Amino acid sequence: MNGHLVLIGSVGVLAAGTFAFRFAGPVLRPRIATRPWVERTMATAAVVLLTALVGTAALTEAHDLAGVARPTGVVVAGLLAWRKAPFVVVVLSAAATAAGLRLLGVP
Amino acid sequence: MRSMKRTLDVRVLRNIALVCLADGLVGMSYGAIAVGSGLDAWLPVALSVLVLAGSAEFLFVGIVAAGGSPIAAAIAGLLVNARHLPFGLAVGDVLGRGLRRVVGSHLMNDESVVFALGETDPDRRRAAYWACGVGIAVCWPLGALIGAVAGNAIGDPAAFGLDAMFPAVLLALVLPALRDRAVRAPALIGVVVALAATPVLPAGLPVLAALVGLLAGVLRTVAR
Repeated sequence: MNGHLVLIGSVGVLAAGTFAFRFAGPVLRPRIATRPWVERTMATAAVVLLTALVGTAALTEAHDLAGVARPTGVVVAGLLAWRKAPFVVVVLSAAATAAGLRLLGVP
Repeated sequence: MRSMKRTLDVRVLRNIALVCLADGLVGMSYGAIAVGSGLDAWLPVALSVLVLAGSAEFLFVGIVAAGGSPIAAAIAGLLVNARHLPFGLAVGDVLGRGLRRVVGSHLMNDESVVFALGETDPDRRRAAYWACGVGIAVCWPLGALIGAVAGNAIGDPAAFGLDAMFPAVLLALVLPALRDRAVRAPALIGVVVALAATPVLPAGLPVLAALVGLLAGVLRTVAR
């Protein structure tokens, strides 16, 4: 029972803390984004984070490499996106490539 | 909301719908994995509604299922979600004020942020953010619920290549922004730093460490 309460409390802490992170940005933004270069840097920061997320989500699993199938799927999708393929094709190609490679025994 | 269809073109709405659908599928496997590893069904469902951030939830569930302390799991999840602070600094203007800002903050995630960044017109930015945010806020918990109820019947998400879908979605969506050289250099430096940091730093921190890539841009601005 005690363990149950700790678990519920931890879910609450994670939810509240996550909301605080999300809420802080929009609240602080008007005070910080007063110069054009600051605003530009904040937009760049978001792209930097998202790109880093692409890299880590594509290539790593916990602290290790994620195998071959997933990164290959993401690279195929990236090439298709670069060649301006439709978004549906891009996304499905990632899943299909990774699934196909795994079917062939590639990790 | 009424003007959503007029504001966003059909192509963007279709892309958002696809991303929400994909998130729903991943949500189903998330719910199934959580229940399959011995956790109560309420846990993934509650996390999906209250936290609404997939990678942090996967991490939380993984740590708890492995017998780790829920407190440690919450701290790990918070590290992963810290990136929402810079996200809010970048796109916080789309949220509005008062209650809209409270609700809109909860709808902030990688996908809604990247769709907002993809639009330049303020009305379209707002519409893209909200459409994607609301869509995911519905599809992710719904998927988690179905997965938690259906349990092991759903099976391994890797077999369907679902794990490749999330990075592919983000990549396709940030690609236009990376055509700008002033953005590309910091982003590429950031990826290298994040990948190098992954083996040694706790989950979430490598992505934040990528922000050192920004120094490239700042140095250039100062030098000018």
